[in-house]
Amino acid sequence: MKYIDEYRNPKLAHSLVAAIRHTVTKPWVLMEICGGQTHTLMRYGIDELLPPEVELVHGPGCPVCVTALEIVDKAVAIASTPGVIFVSYGDMLRVPGSSSDLFRVKALGGDVRIAYSPMDAVRIARQHPDRPVVFFAVGFETTAPANAMAVWQAKREGLTNFSILVSHVLVPPAISLLLESPANRVQGFIAPGHVCAVMGYTEYEDLVARYRVPIVVGGFEPLDLLEAILMLVKQLEEGRHELENQYVRSVTRQGNQAAQHRMMEVFEVADRNWRGIGPIAQSGFRLRPEYAAHDAEKIFGVESLHAPEPPECISALVLQGIKKPVDCPAFGVRCTPDQPLGAPMVSTEGACAAYYSYRRHSLVVVA
Amino acid sequence: MCLAIPGKILDTEELNGIRLGRVQFGGITRHTYLDFVPDAHPGDFVLVHVGFAISKLDEAEAARTYELLEKAGLVADELGPEAPE
Repeated sequence: MKYIDEYRNPKLAHSLVAAIRHTVTKPWVLMEICGGQTHTLMRYGIDELLPPEVELVHGPGCPVCVTALEIVDKAVAIASTPGVIFVSYGDMLRVPGSSSDLFRVKALGGDVRIAYSPMDAVRIARQHPDRPVVFFAVGFETTAPANAMAVWQAKREGLTNFSILVSHVLVPPAISLLLESPANRVQGFIAPGHVCAVMGYTEYEDLVARYRVPIVVGGFEPLDLLEAILMLVKQLEEGRHELENQYVRSVTRQGNQAAQHRMMEVFEVADRNWRGIGPIAQSGFRLRPEYAAHDAEKIFGVESLHAPEPPECISALVLQGIKKPVDCPAFGVRCTPDQPLGAPMVSTEGACAAYYSYRRHSLVVVA
Repeated sequence: MCLAIPGKILDTEELNGIRLGRVQFGGITRHTYLDFVPDAHPGDFVLVHVGFAISKLDEAEAARTYELLEKAGLVADELGPEAPE
């Protein structure tokens, strides 16, 4: 497929790896934010091709992984309500809540459906005007315009039975939090290309200026990531800290303004709880008051539901790049994709699931 | 989750004030919402996420990036094989 195959050229990949080897003289710790990029790095074994000086740690950019426990509990409560059709992206079904998950709700007779697009949920609401239809609106800035469009369209059509459970999170506040942590080891970031396709990269220019850290907007194919790593290593070796855009074919400085406009018409910035990390100020979206009639938390009265995080999973440290999945004693033993303890093992984009799928767990010696 | 796939717009239409189009991904064709890419037309490549085109691919920039990558590859080749560790 055009724009995919050519970015998987093995000869060029090896040349880029050679260029990285020739550039690097000191150890550097780099973080890719997005779970999709983590997945590419593991799938193609890029982490194993790199010289030992370049260490990759994996960021919190998997919305399934960072959706707060209480939001999953709210989803379970709403989906268990008789008559409700609960529609979700497939990844969210197996995410463990405090005592249940959406898959179990479905097994017990709940009408839980998987959708590819939020507009599928709007269509279901149109087909079932007599039943409440709730869409589980998770995601980062990439997904927010689509979810906003679903609510906007439902309001326009007068679909009073359609609502969304919002769990939207934003990338730049999470990067700030990581950089302000005394435990931070990250010296350069690959910014998430598809978030930037929507948002542009002016927010990341601000982060570069404030924290004097190099950031490269990167794509998702092996050559994209290798080029982004090379650009970061060059900056670090030369003592520069700049915003550079590797993913120029998809990302402009201002991003997609039509998408941003629709998103900000429907959502407003709010504080959010991140699973494993805790509350981060101004780090997500909630519906604007004009859309309160489509807010599932208000409709189903679950706003005050809170849930403490269980202590057995080290996902908080994994999501901040402080620990690797293989550092967890439960990894691959008590925690597997079939029986996940924490969300990073659930989503295929979670760092723990990526390590497990691509057999990095063979590194773990089980006593 | 933020997965987005490049595809080629085959045609466009208006439905209830929303711009839709058929987009081809290799051998698969999907209806895609095109409201966020008002300047994309049949023949253009767009990046599609959860049923919405979020970006029109810049063919000239893509060609330029790839050229640069190829050049970077050549430069690395010219540097010769890496010294043993």
